[in-house]
This record gives sequence, structure tokens and C-alpha cells, in this order.
Amino acid sequence: MIVRRGRTQQTPLPVPAVILAVVAILFFALPFAGLLWRTPWGSLVDVLGQRSVHQALWLSVRTSLMATAISVVFGVPLAWLLATVTFPGRGFVRALCLLSVVLPPVVGGVALFFSFGRRGLFGQFLDQWFGFRLPFTTWGVVVAQTFVAMPFLVITVEAALRQLDPRFGDAARTLGASRWYAFRRVTVPAIRPALVAGAVLAWARALGEFGATITFAGNFPGTTQTMPLATYLALETNPTEALILSLIMIVVSFAVLVGLRDRWFGAARQALQQ
Amino acid sequence: MSLDVHAQIDRGNFELDVSLDVAAGEVLAVLGPNGSGKSTLLRAIAGLLALDGGRIALDGELLDDPTANIFVQPEQRSVGMVFQDYLLFPHLDAVENVAFGLRARGTSKAVARAGAEEWLERFGLRELRSSRPGELSGGQAQRVALARALISEPRVLLLDEPLAALDAGARTDVRRDLRRYLANFGGARVLVTHDPIDAYALADRVAVVEHGRVVQVGTLAAVTAHPRSRFVADMLGVNLVSGIVTGQVLETADGAHIVVTDAQPGPSFAAIRPQAITIARDPSSSSARNSWPCVVGDIDRLGERVRVTLHGQLPMIAEVTVGAVELLGLRQGESVVASVKATDIRTYPV
Repeated sequence: MIVRRGRTQQTPLPVPAVILAVVAILFFALPFAGLLWRTPWGSLVDVLGQRSVHQALWLSVRTSLMATAISVVFGVPLAWLLATVTFPGRGFVRALCLLSVVLPPVVGGVALFFSFGRRGLFGQFLDQWFGFRLPFTTWGVVVAQTFVAMPFLVITVEAALRQLDPRFGDAARTLGASRWYAFRRVTVPAIRPALVAGAVLAWARALGEFGATITFAGNFPGTTQTMPLATYLALETNPTEALILSLIMIVVSFAVLVGLRDRWFGAARQALQQ
Repeated sequence: MSLDVHAQIDRGNFELDVSLDVAAGEVLAVLGPNGSGKSTLLRAIAGLLALDGGRIALDGELLDDPTANIFVQPEQRSVGMVFQDYLLFPHLDAVENVAFGLRARGTSKAVARAGAEEWLERFGLRELRSSRPGELSGGQAQRVALARALISEPRVLLLDEPLAALDAGARTDVRRDLRRYLANFGGARVLVTHDPIDAYALADRVAVVEHGRVVQVGTLAAVTAHPRSRFVADMLGVNLVSGIVTGQVLETADGAHIVVTDAQPGPSFAAIRPQAITIARDPSSSSARNSWPCVVGDIDRLGERVRVTLHGQLPMIAEVTVGAVELLGLRQGESVVASVKATDIRTYPV
């Protein structure tokens, strides 16, 4: 008698690979289990009602969205330049712009401090001429987040631009479109899936930014103390609060990932299939 | 009104040096094999590629002249272009694609849309106005591309291999439609193709291009009758007869009958390669379904081959070997019998 197994006969899975993969899954799952296990659900409402938590959450949302917006505005033209214009030293410029992806964020913070700090190479002029100071201000947080987040957008968008058929731009120009109009109406829509994906990656990186922020912008509640900073500090004084802050960030990140799943991954898949 | 082109482009391993002029209302076919520089020429006229030498002028106004340091940007030229694979913008529907040219030149959205709807209507695409390019057939996409190029009423229309992206079945219908739509456009038209049938069906004059040079230019009849090189003879060497198909017979306007196979009834072209025609002294029994009496005209020798012009009710160019001419002792003014197998004749509905 033939026993049907529901699916067609498969070659047996390599057991060691399955074991290693399961270990990897547990490695990602267990920290969340630990977090949820220790979450004091009873004091959840109390902590959520605290002003300091509101402040940190609101600051994180504002700064990370601002950093994402700046990354898009400057990052898309940068990606376009790197993808389509040949100029001497392009490889070097690309490496420079993407350096902060591999750089320890604290080092980025130190570099920002000595360049845009009050006594920094450029920061001193900002202070002298405009009375504008970046370090230890909310704008400092945005600068630190943009510094680490923009490369994610640039990498994603540049890859999409490289795959784009440049003749669509040619067609637009024979129809009377200037380069700029063709870029806005033809190129940008064509790379929209990559643009969304890059913006989400950049936003996630900005939201989680810790090292560069604390080094460059400090840790002032209401001005520069973002959620990751508040969480880290709460762990020393009030672990319950740290747990709840972590939970909030997990929920927010997870919600974005799920909410964008179809729009983002679906669109990206379509773009690849075309 | 005319387009005047002397294009010199040096791309290191490839050099283009082509002179052409096209009058308003005229269709010029640039015919050549792949890699002969045809598309490069179109890109230069459109302004997507700058000349290294020579000049391009439209109605006396310079568009590109490197020596005078003049280069008009493509969006400033009154030149429309239909690309080989149409390049319709995939994120826009048919109306938005057609409206693009007006929008880019600053027309308001409502006016541009209304104009685009009108053009789609003219091209029989009204019910497809909300379709995305991916939902259109090759022929429909081509008509949208044509409407998109024509909506801003350019003085020159460039068509890059307009039928190459289509499968053989659709090509016949699309070619017929294209001829109809092109006839309504008053400007100069330049059509690039590697298929002489396209040139026959769509163009008034033909320029044959080889290795970046024009090797011969003239009316189709003149170039076909007297190709000046082996290359041109091969490229354009097709006898084209037009007539009406009934059953398996095509009847020409002069009353000659040609037996054909697999032809659709109605007005049609029959294409007969000169190499497929045999010449004999007397009518003899053979499997060829077509044979007809004719008189030998010009005899042009091209290397080992000879092109023989045959006059009569069914004028043809035949291509035979030097040996055959000597064997038959062919001379101008002599009566002979030409024949061709029905299976060697391709037919195309007009």
C-alpha cells in the first residue's frame, strides 16, 4: 500500500543544516521571549503614562522621520549621481558616502563632534556666523541619525537606478521633457519600490541610532534623549521602564514591517520580475 | 520644410558619416543590417547624441553644428521619435503616456488629458485609454507610442525599427495600420529598418546604409532596378508586385496572374526574390506554377551574378549566374520565358 504524504516525494533534508537553522531561529526568538516574560504587564499603563516616556517616544518619532526625509531629499540625487554620472574618483566618493554603514556609530559621533561641534572645523563658523549650534541639540540628533541612515537609502536607490533602462529618460526628452522633469516624472516613479525600501531601512536605522547620537548630541531628556538612549539609561535606574520602552520599540518596528510587507516587498518583487 | 542631415559620429571602433535630406511629407527609409549605424543616426537627429562633425538643420534652422558650437537639446527640437520597443512609461496608463509630451511642455493636466483622449480616439484606442503598457498588444503599444510622439505636432517623426518588436503574425496588420497613420502626418518622416518589405510598404525613398555610410539613395523603384553594389542588391533585391488575391491567384492591375500559396484574399503584395526566378528560352514542362513571356532589358553584372531586367506584362528583376547568361546567350531585346515556383513567393496583405 502506498502511503501518501500530502506532498510529492522530496529528497531528505540535510539534518546538520536544519539543526543550525533552528538554532539561528531560536537565537532571534528567545530574546523576545525573555523580554515578554519579564514585562510587568501590571505597571504597563503607569509607565506609558510617564512624561519622560512620552518625551522620548515623541522625540524619536520626530527626529527619525526628519532624518529619513533629509536622507531622501539628498540621498536620491546622490544615488543618481553615483549611478549615472561618470566622474573621476567616483569609487572613492561612493566609499566615503557609505563609510558610516561599517563605521562604529561612536566613531561617527566623535567625527561629527570634531567637525560640527562648537569648536569643530566647521561648527565654529556655524556658531560664530549664525549662532547655530548642533551638539547637544535636537538638530544634533537629526544630524547624527542622518549620518548613519542615509547610506542605506543611497545603496538601495543606486542599485535600482543602475538597473533602470536609461532609454526611458531618452524617450521622455524626445517628448519635450527637461532632464529634471524626466527625472521627476519618469525615473523616480520607476524606482519607487526601491525608494520606499531604502527609506524604510534608513528610518529603522535612524530610529535605533544610539552611539553617534549619545556621542554628538548627548543625553538631555526632551531635547536629545531618544528612545534607545532612554532605554539604556532606564536599565540602570529602573529596569521595568527599560522593558516597557523596549516593548514599545518592538511593537512600532514590527508594525511598520508588517504594514509595509505587501506594499514594499510586493512592489520590490514586481520590480525584479519586470 | 525639410530635414537636412550630415552626421559624422566617431565612436572609436565605429564611424558614422551619413548625408541625407528629407522633405516635409516624405517618408525616407534608412535600410541596413544590424550594426550599420541606423539607430545612431536617429539618436543624433533626435538630439540624444551629439555630432562630432557635420550638421543637422530643420527648415534651415541649425539643430546641431559642432563647428558653430550649436547644439539644441532634444526637448527643444521639434522631433518626435517612436522607439523600437516603444518605451511606454510603465507607471502611466495610455492617456497619461500620450499626454506626457504636452504636460512636459507645461500644458495643464485637464487640457493635456483631453488632447490625449482625442489622439487615442483617432488611433482607435479609446477603450484602452486606462490600460497600462503591460496590458497592450504590440500593435496597440505601437499606436500609443505613435500618438505620444505626434501629440506635440513635431515637424519630424523618427521611427526606429517600428515592426521589429512584433511577431510575424501581428507584423502584417500593424504595418498596414502604420501606413495609414503615417499618411496623415505632414512632416518629414525617417524610418529605420532592416527589412526591405517595411521600406516598400511605408517609404517613398530609401537610403541603404552599410558600415556607417550611405551606399545608395533614391526611389525604391530606381534602387531596386539598379543596385550599385552586391550589398544593395542583397538588401533590397526583392521584386514587389501588388494586386488582388482571389483564391490562390493574385491578379495585378495590368491583368497578369500569379499563382501564390497561403495568401489572404484581398489587396496584397507579392514579394519575389530575383534569385528565385529562372530564365529559359522556351516554355518547358516544369513544376513551377508561374511562367510568363518577357523581353530582356538591362543586364547588370555584379561579380559572379547578373541582374537581368525583364520587361513585359509582369516586369521583374531576375538574378542569375554569369554562366547561365553565357549559356543562354542572353542579349537585350530578346524574348525569353521567366518562371517562379508559387512556394517561392511571399505575400503580404496591403
